[in-house]
Amino acid sequence: MSGHATAHGGETHEPVFTGKVRAQLEALFPRYPTRQACLLPALWIVQEQRGWISPQAMAEVAQELGVTPAYVKGVVTFYTMYHQHPVGRHFIQVCTTSPCHLCGSADVVGALLRHTGCGELGATSADGRFTVVEVECLGACGFATPILVDDDFIDAVTPERVPGILERYR
Amino acid sequence: MGYPHPSHPKETVVLSQYFGDEGARSFDGWVQRGGYQALKQALAMAPEAITEVVKASGLRGRGGAGFPTGLKWSFMPKPSGKPHYLCCNADESEPGTFKDREIMRWTPHALIEGCAISAFAIGAERGYIYIRGEFTEPIRIMQAALDEAYAKGALGGDVFGSGKRIDLYIHRGAGAYICGEETALMNSIEGKRGNPRIKPPFPAAAGLFGMPTTINNVETLAAVPHILTRGAAWYKGLCLSSPKSTGTKLFSVCGQVLKPGNYEVTMGFPMKDLIYDLAGGMRPGRSLKAVIPGGSSVAIMTAAEAESALCDYEGIAEKGSSLGSAGFIVIDDSADLVYEIYRLARFYAHESCAQCTNCREGTAWTVKILERILRGEGKPADLDLLMDLAENMTGKTICPLSDSCAVPVVSGIKKFRADFDRYLAGAKSPALAGV
Amino acid sequence: MADELVNLTIEGVPVSVPKGTTIIEAAKQAGILIPHYCYHPSLSSPAVCRMCLVDVEKQPKVLPSCVTTVAEGQVVHVHSEKAKQAREGVLEFLLINHPLDCPICDQAGECELQDFVFQEGRSGTRYADYPKRFNPVEDFGSDILYVANRCILCTRCVRFMEEVALEPVIEVCERGDRAYIGITEDQKLEHAWAGNVVDLCPVGSLISKDFLHKARAWDLDKTASVCPGCSQGCNVMIDTRDDVVVRLRPRANLDVNRHFICDTGRSDYRWMNRGDRVEAPLVRQDGRLRAADWDAALETLSGLVKGASDVVVLASGRASTEALGWLARLVDGKRVTAAVRVPVGEEAPLPGVPNLALRTQRAPNGDGARLAGYVAAWDAAVAGAKDAALTIVLDADLSDAEATKVNLGRAVVLLATVEDDRLDRAALVLPVSTMAEENGTFINRDQRVQRFLQARGAPGMAQPAWWVAAGAWEQLGPGRHAPATAAEAFARLGETIPALGGMTYAEVGLTGRVLDGAAVGGAR
Repeated sequence: MSGHATAHGGETHEPVFTGKVRAQLEALFPRYPTRQACLLPALWIVQEQRGWISPQAMAEVAQELGVTPAYVKGVVTFYTMYHQHPVGRHFIQVCTTSPCHLCGSADVVGALLRHTGCGELGATSADGRFTVVEVECLGACGFATPILVDDDFIDAVTPERVPGILERYR
Repeated sequence: MGYPHPSHPKETVVLSQYFGDEGARSFDGWVQRGGYQALKQALAMAPEAITEVVKASGLRGRGGAGFPTGLKWSFMPKPSGKPHYLCCNADESEPGTFKDREIMRWTPHALIEGCAISAFAIGAERGYIYIRGEFTEPIRIMQAALDEAYAKGALGGDVFGSGKRIDLYIHRGAGAYICGEETALMNSIEGKRGNPRIKPPFPAAAGLFGMPTTINNVETLAAVPHILTRGAAWYKGLCLSSPKSTGTKLFSVCGQVLKPGNYEVTMGFPMKDLIYDLAGGMRPGRSLKAVIPGGSSVAIMTAAEAESALCDYEGIAEKGSSLGSAGFIVIDDSADLVYEIYRLARFYAHESCAQCTNCREGTAWTVKILERILRGEGKPADLDLLMDLAENMTGKTICPLSDSCAVPVVSGIKKFRADFDRYLAGAKSPALAGV
Repeated sequence: MADELVNLTIEGVPVSVPKGTTIIEAAKQAGILIPHYCYHPSLSSPAVCRMCLVDVEKQPKVLPSCVTTVAEGQVVHVHSEKAKQAREGVLEFLLINHPLDCPICDQAGECELQDFVFQEGRSGTRYADYPKRFNPVEDFGSDILYVANRCILCTRCVRFMEEVALEPVIEVCERGDRAYIGITEDQKLEHAWAGNVVDLCPVGSLISKDFLHKARAWDLDKTASVCPGCSQGCNVMIDTRDDVVVRLRPRANLDVNRHFICDTGRSDYRWMNRGDRVEAPLVRQDGRLRAADWDAALETLSGLVKGASDVVVLASGRASTEALGWLARLVDGKRVTAAVRVPVGEEAPLPGVPNLALRTQRAPNGDGARLAGYVAAWDAAVAGAKDAALTIVLDADLSDAEATKVNLGRAVVLLATVEDDRLDRAALVLPVSTMAEENGTFINRDQRVQRFLQARGAPGMAQPAWWVAAGAWEQLGPGRHAPATAAEAFARLGETIPALGGMTYAEVGLTGRVLDGAAVGGAR
């Protein structure tokens, strides 16, 4: 199936699955007995390429895998790690579930919001660099407070460590 | 070992022996440390014989359900031409639990070997390792280890020259605790919303892609090579109390202790020693208030209950709670227990898949009531309501997520009534300011 | 599957059902309705609403009866304290986010949430002062609106589109109490059978734009009928208020249309309310049509028939079998060219149900007409009208060209529902009732005879066409008695149509009866 540009509400969508990216998608096909099973990995590819998953990208994925766009939307909106809107250049996830809360995650959240300039959870900083969100248990409770900055999983974050960590992403 | 702390003498170090040892990550490093002998051994056995060994060892699922592993494997049908599948549940999202992450980060080949042996035993040529999306480091390390394993012939079409095929693939999750439920995990691999399925049919009859499937937790699978090389009798002999709980368990101790970490102890180990000895006990000036021993989906234990409990399935059940995943959350007297229960309820409400009415609506309602109580606007009738809702959320749904939300609430109200009364009397939680 | 029977007791009633039957289905046999939402006999059972939980003795937990199969010796309680408490809990949970929209919701009066809450819900909610979840109303396309706030996430709509329509354009989105049914901009709900989701929706979440705020369910009279849209013969309910047809809905018939009708049939009811009707028999005297009574009109008709040696009959494919049969009988013995008009359209199958489609033959009784002898080619028959001694038009839709040709006939008789100025040379215009205004039958493409009942009054002096034909027939021979009722008219069709010999309305019932020796699903 060749890539195609689709117009949607005036915007043209440049296909994601071309060239090397297409090869990445096709490498998934032999792993599963159905095309549909490639959906989660395919969505990860889209997010890696574009930073988020637009309705047009959902339609493209749907076409590649032989499912409907509505079906893809149902999957994208189920899984919280898929971004349905553009986010800051660096996306920060902080765990605030009880085990981490007991170990002071609230203070880590405060420090992150201050030092990124985001001001509140879910907002993107004015310079577009950061978005900070709270997430549920990240599976590193003994190393409180863990955060994810993009794909970097950072253990044992404290308010004091926050400025130094953010420096790496300036 | 209590990584990141050095091993404590009272630990029984089996799975965690190489935590912190970067050399253990590579194929060669793993072989140097005795790895892949078990797989070679297994390939020379009849698959049913492997299952018998695992049965005899008494190994029980380490993901939380504690179902006898050998028995689960024996549910797989005889080969009939239908493809069999192995799924490794590396979705580790149960609050308080962080052991599978360590197994994957430090000993990825242990997991690969365990998966390969299990796949062979259950007649599967293909297995999927479902790793939660947030575990970026374990995914990188596991993928590198898989690539190496293929290169060295430990996986692929002719594993170690045996003529057998074993393929393992990583399937990355995307942020859903419910995908740790075995049938939701299968749906997620199939490219669907992570909705748990009705059982029956059970996975061994119709699982992944409708085919016979076995799903096992990371820790469970990592134990399999040891059981093969050291024998079922050895594993079964690792038992300090109930004969139904054998082997070692990684306790992910976290919360308000001095030395949080993964501690590997023999089943039946005294919980008091786990808290005060291995994990270093309370912070200065603090006393133990409560423990949630099994990940957050189990009843909260009082300090007295915890200090007299034994760490195995039966021992903790005796105290009215469950071993679960052994995500061991320690709470001291400085904590706002009502807030923590509220925060757990919020977790469950966020993670509910939305299928069952009771869970979808009940978890969210529970959160709202607890929030009101934390704002000092609660009434005693709110506690009765919470108990009633908990009953309507227990034993009535496709999967136990709503039960999991109810359990901390009920045990909290029953055993820590004074904490709630404080709020009913008008106290307000400062923590809610940031919510 | 073995035909082994399993014996169990439900609410004290002993039941015997085939192995593999679910408890909810077995309960129907015992005459017990187990309250439910997501379960539907034409869809898969996801067991998500949790409403059908029953108390089975010796089981620790209540069990979902829609997916739990019967077991020998099972003792099931539907109304024990445990089961009632479970349902009361589910209802309370459903109501916490469900808006109190009843005063403005079309579903009121036929709402399964209202029904079960009234029957066994709590009298007041304990969900005090908290805000309800809000999602905006969405236009899903074609006739369907989605009022997201009212949705109880039973997923019947999603499953219908996925499993029956095979066009999964709607899907549950989000998680937890944020969940709603989502659709994408570029793929709206435009499937030919999409309107069924409105019927499937137990509450007023998916609603018909056409029916929006039109009538209250409790003001409606509901009549069993058959869709006159095509040769499939889907069973329908005609809903009227004050004698005006306001809605068509599917009526369950597991052998014809299961629980569904297509959007074309569903929306095609406005013609039943037309006001431009012929209301009195009209006889042409001195060049003008004058109103007359039936006696005079029938006398004129029988006279015209008597005097004609050859007759052209042009019938509508929507005419009842009774009308077609008695009209054929009226002109029996003449040289007759009888044709039936069956408009043609695109087929639109409902793939998830065998042998169900909007058919290319867009008339409900083409088969009944052919059985009654209306076998001439339409165009040839129309062309022959100008030369025939008598042309009788039975409510047929004529194009302008066809009307011009027919108007050239030497003697033209119209058995008409609506006025037609084009046929201004007609000798006789006799007002007849539509299929909505009479009892009658259609024979569908599978040779199934199906009854339709009178849903509204016929205007003025209009009578069923069979009554008109039989009334004239009676005058044309000694010892003839016209049938007094539609039932008699049907029962006596066998006198001239052997295939219908011996059949009665009682036998046909409300689910129909296939003619003996008929080939089912024959291609047309």
